[in-house]
Amino acid sequence: MTESSVSGKIRVLSDAKGHLIENIDTDQIFHNAHLHITEVDKMGTYAFGNLEGWKDFPQKSSPGDILVVGRNFGAGSSRQQAVDCFRSLQIGAILSPSFGAIYFRNAVNSGFPVLRSLELTQLVDEGKLETGDDIRVFFLSGKAQISSKNLSFHILPMSDVQYEIYRAGGLYSYGKTWNQD
Amino acid sequence: MPKTVIEKIIQSHTHDEVEPGKIVWMDLDIRSARDFGGPNVVKNFEREYGDDPVEDKTKTFFTFDLCVPACSLKYADNQQICRNFARKNNIKVFDVDQGIGSHVLIEEGLALAGMTVVGTDSHLNILGAVNCFGQGMGDVDITFAFRTGKTWFEVPETLRVKIDGAVSSAASAKDLTLYILKRLGTQRAALKAVEFYGEAVKNLSLAGRITLCSMVTEMAGIIGFVPEVDENAAYADSVALDVTGLTPQIAAPSSPENVFDVSEFKGTDIHSGFIGSCTNGRTEDLAAAARVLEGRKIKEGVMLKVVPATRRVYQELLSQGILETLFSSGAIVSNPGCGGCAEGHIGLTGEGEVQISTGNRNFAGKQGKGQTYLASPEVVAASCVVGRIIGPEDL
Repeated sequence: MTESSVSGKIRVLSDAKGHLIENIDTDQIFHNAHLHITEVDKMGTYAFGNLEGWKDFPQKSSPGDILVVGRNFGAGSSRQQAVDCFRSLQIGAILSPSFGAIYFRNAVNSGFPVLRSLELTQLVDEGKLETGDDIRVFFLSGKAQISSKNLSFHILPMSDVQYEIYRAGGLYSYGKTWNQD
Repeated sequence: MPKTVIEKIIQSHTHDEVEPGKIVWMDLDIRSARDFGGPNVVKNFEREYGDDPVEDKTKTFFTFDLCVPACSLKYADNQQICRNFARKNNIKVFDVDQGIGSHVLIEEGLALAGMTVVGTDSHLNILGAVNCFGQGMGDVDITFAFRTGKTWFEVPETLRVKIDGAVSSAASAKDLTLYILKRLGTQRAALKAVEFYGEAVKNLSLAGRITLCSMVTEMAGIIGFVPEVDENAAYADSVALDVTGLTPQIAAPSSPENVFDVSEFKGTDIHSGFIGSCTNGRTEDLAAAARVLEGRKIKEGVMLKVVPATRRVYQELLSQGILETLFSSGAIVSNPGCGGCAEGHIGLTGEGEVQISTGNRNFAGKQGKGQTYLASPEVVAASCVVGRIIGPEDL
């Protein structure tokens, strides 16, 4: 079996000083005013609609982009839309030092790649990881490569469960193939 | 070395070997959905599973507690979507009269020590107060749990917190909780289970343990427990605190860990008070407020809003004369439920309004455009008597 990976252009969610924005909560990602929206296709328009400096994200992002975000990303409520708005924009993956616990679960259950690396903060601060870099992230070996810079760093490999749900395309599909004992 | 509380509970619900950091599939003793999240669960279920049955109807519940009875057409529709599904599947509904779902599960003896419970309430981890695993989850997870009775879970590391010393006579479980939150912040307990030990927590009542465990969410922790026996398990981290002589505490806007001695804010004008929520809505909490209000009147122009946690609490307010005291003081006492954590119910603030609340969150905009301070029932009651922040001992 060849290992799954995802590649794309990095988009760093940073503040005016170039540091990763930490503690971005679900109301900043997908504001509660839009919670009545249930179709994934329509959610992309509202991604980061309440995050100062990033309200034009849906226009700026391109399908396949890989987001690099600050620690405790997705803190707050349990809303699934805060994950699905990125699926709607066909974002390839989100990398963060850490995620809110419920947010991480929701992303895994949607079959959307969320990956953790404690090296991200320093790499961004030192200017080694920048918007526009081409990155490839390997889900199982815990490796990320930026070919243009001959740079690689560690990520936490996906757990078996996360990988299996990802491969199945989400928790529901995974459960349907599940041979329960 | 002995396992931690959460490791033991998860181990008894999985065939996998449990260790921190490992993801396991675990069996669930209870799965529940409330009036927020519940309608999404029903829609997901019907889309994904059609007319398939829930895995075990005796372990599946709806608990309506946020907008009770429905205060808008949207919520009326949403609750009815859940009721219709429940009727079709023969699932028990704790309806709009019953109060906060997590408290009802404890009162009904459904959530017991050593069990596993999930639901759509992000404060469901208060079940740690009875040494039960409780966890809030999104609607995809809960839909899957309804159908399969299982969930995946990453076994968290455990933080041991030992709290020695005796607080002052004016301080309550809420003051202790706010002080712990101040000391731990939102990083020390992040994504960990927490076990609380020491003389300051050993003698907490159930209501006090609920107050403490409810705010592990605000510490960014997974769940808090108050174990009866200290087995010295393998902890990832440990903290020792001394709370000797602790005085009443208050969390200033706009984050719960922004905690100070009440004396530092003494004299700050307030316009309204709220006593209730899953953190401080037990009979004991409301009785403590009533002791402060006995023979006193709430200042004219100040609103004191009281929301009992459950119907059983409400009954005890009636039978113990607490309701009479609250009413005579001028408080507004509503039917049981969550109160102001949900838009559209009691405890909201208007622009410029300053509220002092026994709730657990005071983030900007959470309860409205006003500012919210968090404190104990005694401090809220005392402050409403004078219209300014004050500790009960200074009345």
